[in-house]
Amino acid sequence: MSTSQTTTGEHHPALAHQFDSMEQQQDASTFGMWVFLLTEIMMFGGLFTAYLIYRIKYYPAFVAGSTSISVSWGFANTLVLIGSSFTMAMAVWAAQTGRRRGQVWFLIGTMILGSAFLGVKAKEYYDKWDECHIPGHIIGKGFNTWGGCSAENPKLGNIADEIREKTPSEPETSAVQTAKQTEIFFSFYFAMTGLHAFHMIIGLGLLTWLLLRANRGEFTGQYFTPMELGGLYWHFVDIVWIFLFPLLYLISRHKGGA
Amino acid sequence: MSTATTTPAPVMPAKHFLNDNYGIRSWLLTKDHKRIAILYLFSISFFFLLGGTFAALIRLHLLTPNGELFEADTYNKLFTMHGVNMVFFFLIPSVPAVLGNFLVPIMVGTKDLAFPKINLLSWYLYMAGGTFSMIAMVTGGVDSGWTFYAPLSSGYLKTHVIMLAVGVIIAGFSSIFTGLNFIVTVHRMRAPGMTWGRLPLFVWSNYAASLIMILGTPVIAITLILLALERGFHIGIFDPKLGGDPVLFQHMFWFYSHPAVYIMILPGMGVISEIVPCFSRKRIFGYSFVAFSSIAIAVFGFVVWAHHMFVAGISVYSALVFSLLSYAVAIPSAVKVFNWTATMYKGAIEMTTPMLYAMAFIGLFTIGGLTGLFLAALGLDIHIHDTYFVIAHFHYVMVGGMVTAYLGGLHFWWPKMTGRMYPEAPAKLAAIITFIGFNLTFFPQFILGYMGMPRRYWAYPPEFQVLNVLSSAGASILSVGFILPLIYFIWSLKYGEIAGDNPWKATGLEWETTSPPPTHNFHEIPVVTKEPYAYGEEEEVPVVH
Amino acid sequence: MNLNFPIFPDQASTMAWHVDALYLFLVLITTFFSLLIAALILFFAIKYRKRPGHEATQIHGSTLLEIVWTVIPLGISMVIFVWGAVIYYHMQRPPANALEIYGVGKQWMWKFQHPGGQREINTLHVPTGRPVKVTLISQDVIHSFFVPEFRVKTDVLPNRYVFTWFQATVPGTYHLFCSQYCGTKHSGMVGQVIVMNPEDYAQWLASGKAEGSLASLGEKAFQQYGCTTCHRPDSGARGPNLEGLYGRPVRLVDNRVVLADDNYIRESILEPNAKVVSGFQSIMPTFRGVVSEDEIMAITEYIKHLSPQASNPLNNRSTPTEIRDSEVPNIQEQNKQQNQQQPQQTPQGTRPANPSGKKP
Repeated sequence: MSTSQTTTGEHHPALAHQFDSMEQQQDASTFGMWVFLLTEIMMFGGLFTAYLIYRIKYYPAFVAGSTSISVSWGFANTLVLIGSSFTMAMAVWAAQTGRRRGQVWFLIGTMILGSAFLGVKAKEYYDKWDECHIPGHIIGKGFNTWGGCSAENPKLGNIADEIREKTPSEPETSAVQTAKQTEIFFSFYFAMTGLHAFHMIIGLGLLTWLLLRANRGEFTGQYFTPMELGGLYWHFVDIVWIFLFPLLYLISRHKGGA
Repeated sequence: MSTATTTPAPVMPAKHFLNDNYGIRSWLLTKDHKRIAILYLFSISFFFLLGGTFAALIRLHLLTPNGELFEADTYNKLFTMHGVNMVFFFLIPSVPAVLGNFLVPIMVGTKDLAFPKINLLSWYLYMAGGTFSMIAMVTGGVDSGWTFYAPLSSGYLKTHVIMLAVGVIIAGFSSIFTGLNFIVTVHRMRAPGMTWGRLPLFVWSNYAASLIMILGTPVIAITLILLALERGFHIGIFDPKLGGDPVLFQHMFWFYSHPAVYIMILPGMGVISEIVPCFSRKRIFGYSFVAFSSIAIAVFGFVVWAHHMFVAGISVYSALVFSLLSYAVAIPSAVKVFNWTATMYKGAIEMTTPMLYAMAFIGLFTIGGLTGLFLAALGLDIHIHDTYFVIAHFHYVMVGGMVTAYLGGLHFWWPKMTGRMYPEAPAKLAAIITFIGFNLTFFPQFILGYMGMPRRYWAYPPEFQVLNVLSSAGASILSVGFILPLIYFIWSLKYGEIAGDNPWKATGLEWETTSPPPTHNFHEIPVVTKEPYAYGEEEEVPVVH
Repeated sequence: MNLNFPIFPDQASTMAWHVDALYLFLVLITTFFSLLIAALILFFAIKYRKRPGHEATQIHGSTLLEIVWTVIPLGISMVIFVWGAVIYYHMQRPPANALEIYGVGKQWMWKFQHPGGQREINTLHVPTGRPVKVTLISQDVIHSFFVPEFRVKTDVLPNRYVFTWFQATVPGTYHLFCSQYCGTKHSGMVGQVIVMNPEDYAQWLASGKAEGSLASLGEKAFQQYGCTTCHRPDSGARGPNLEGLYGRPVRLVDNRVVLADDNYIRESILEPNAKVVSGFQSIMPTFRGVVSEDEIMAITEYIKHLSPQASNPLNNRSTPTEIRDSEVPNIQEQNKQQNQQQPQQTPQGTRPANPSGKKP
């Protein structure tokens, strides 16, 4: 059935019926991936915009919130992700040059770094839990009442204490008020890093699938499109973090510390 | 089909996509874009009938002013589910997912969409989204309105808002994948000789709608995710009690939902751009203007969202800017209407059912579009915002426009999809009944709106009753107009005349293959050498087999 | 069912005529173009119907025609835009001499407070011949204040004041609707606006059981919550002096300059540290959850009534003397324009019932 004009000689087994040639297939697939990433940009873009609007609205609270999360863990995670981007790029290169073992090891390396990132993220989340910084209860009744956190619990004062320390001129009432507004900061912190982590988990799933195929030696110099697409996706998720890190951890840190 | 020429009676091709394979598996696991289009046709018809039933119940309830049929809560659930079903599960996928899915690959001359598996996935996502909304409905319904305005939906309602929002988000991804597939297919899969300037206008308008799908839909997804988080975990994003801003929700919601109305109408305009030249036996007037006006609508459509918020407490200056930009998006629509009308000038017009629908579309869309000018005029919008005037306006565009175009397109391509003709006489009757019923339903609502009747009212002051009764009477006529096609389309599957490859003697690659087309669309990939809509040169067109 | 039903709403405010004029203009435009298109389609469909011996004439298009039918609609729509914008501008500029009424929307009722302290539920009495500014806030979800006969509407938001204004012309009883869907009894959140002659209105005010003027209620609350402890007109006060504050620009600690309007006062009561006045510390506790929306409105009204006392200019650290003219050109310009132009800007009604009615 699938007679087509431009088909020359034998089919590559990975050539889908709707395409005329491997070049067209790779071209269309890569183009499709870019279009999909455009969609992803709009999705994260909506979230970033909302974050920036509230950042302007509750500036002191957001500065306090930024200061309360660990910049060193965040920085470590940034390095981990940049490293994983490197190993991912190497895996794509190994596929393009048909090195089966190289693909497998670089993919495993990427997955280890990706998991390390998620591990650090989990640790950071746990710290937030411990500090009673999980948002989610009505402002005015204490920061939250989960896990033994309550208005009477001294743990609550965490951020308010920090604010008091840094700006001793600020009075009691004001510090508590600001601390309550940081709940919105943490809402966004969890929404943004959570959505990002969700993409990382999907990425790890993709990498597992690629690993299985690479191990079977499916990717060669003629056919490495899935590897390239996986690479594009992985780099995109890394780049999102490159924006998240300064937005959540870094900007105005000097102000908070002043 | 009254041509008296003695051509041999058309025969069905021996092998085509419908009989290539049998069994439920061959449908549920198909990667053929045409079969997926048929799957969509069934599921969309289901949601249309469901949404239509809700509409009928709403109109029945509004016969009397004091809300005697349903409880207020039930009524609120009815209009919410009517809106959600019609917007997210019928209008947005209707033409792109059914007609577009079927036709875009054939029209550009390729064997399938670029990513057939993703195409199938998008149907499953659509069904999953539909399932969630159905679960929300049968477990008690949702009364948030299809607009989900915070803080009402996030902090006050007791119904399954999250369940419905999840359904809408999932259906949104279905729409993203359809758009992605169209864009890649149009860019990378065109047949030799099929230049951008030779693309059928139906493809152009679906392409423009796809741009909106991939750029706008992710924003509604993240908005509804934030809403669900706020509702589920009491974190403050939109509810002022928790420190949020309810107007931000409206900005984010309309950033998608205004362009979304162009997702709904643009493919419909594409259908009209195919039907009018065909039955006028004439080239489309101003091809490039019609093509580029689609892109202009898609682009301008993204910068007018705040015209839904003129009374919502936005600043005077942003109101002025958004009002001005709203007029910018009206112009390309006007250009299309004039071009369709000019296409009929000096044609040889045949009044078939699709042409009747196309003419109804042009008239009703003109009224729908012009009443949009009322709503974009700042001082006037203050009075008619959130009244029945708005309801009438967007039903003129959505039902008078989009549903009419969808039905017109379905009649036009029915022979291509099934290989059989629908019966012409009942079809014409249905088109006329629909037109009359539609106007009787929605025209009184313009008057009601200017009188000041607010939308979403379970009970209303008695002086509005006569107009409401007229509207309800119209709705009963309209429903007859919508049920008739359902009957004769099914009838035609068995008893319809064999259509032949090109019953309308139309141009376009879809008419050069068999009816129904073979699984890979063409026995040989065509080479395009002619300009689009080359009517008047039919005699020279060789029949490709 | 009354078959003698209306198809056009009554005109009962000075704004109604302006909105209706634009509406009728647009109805005219719509009718013209709809009939034009419909007539052309039907005419072509009959004249050029398919019949033996008739062939279609192939025409590719005409750039000239395309330009014509792009430019003409553009021109018409610009006229509509400017016309609509002018009316909107009027709607957004309440005259300075307007009677000020406060309203609170909640699921599912309207509460109003008059300056004289009279309170009403789901009913609003207003006089003819005098602009009325209604300042509104919601206690829960978004509502919308809509009086069709006045052609005015505004969404009523939680946590923020919005306003609308009108000048009623014809005595009578009119619908008050909530037009933003607000939950189960959305359609029950309706009421009446009762327009009275000034004399009848004065009589109604006098017969009302008021506990005292709104400002005096505000003063009571002001003392009850201990505001006077800090907000005093002497040099030792810990809070800024509020005399003459309303409508003035205020410099904040971070050097921004804001206008002291209803929203600013409300925010300062509920979130005192959001905008702290320059020269003061944020020591004020929040009154969120303590003071009701009604009381905030009364306190705002009270603050409006605190005129600056020339003999006592102490502690005026927030008054405009501190702000150089060049720094706040916008705010001062706005104030100036508002004060000068508004009386003339008020659109005048054309109803004979309006004794001072002049055609604009």
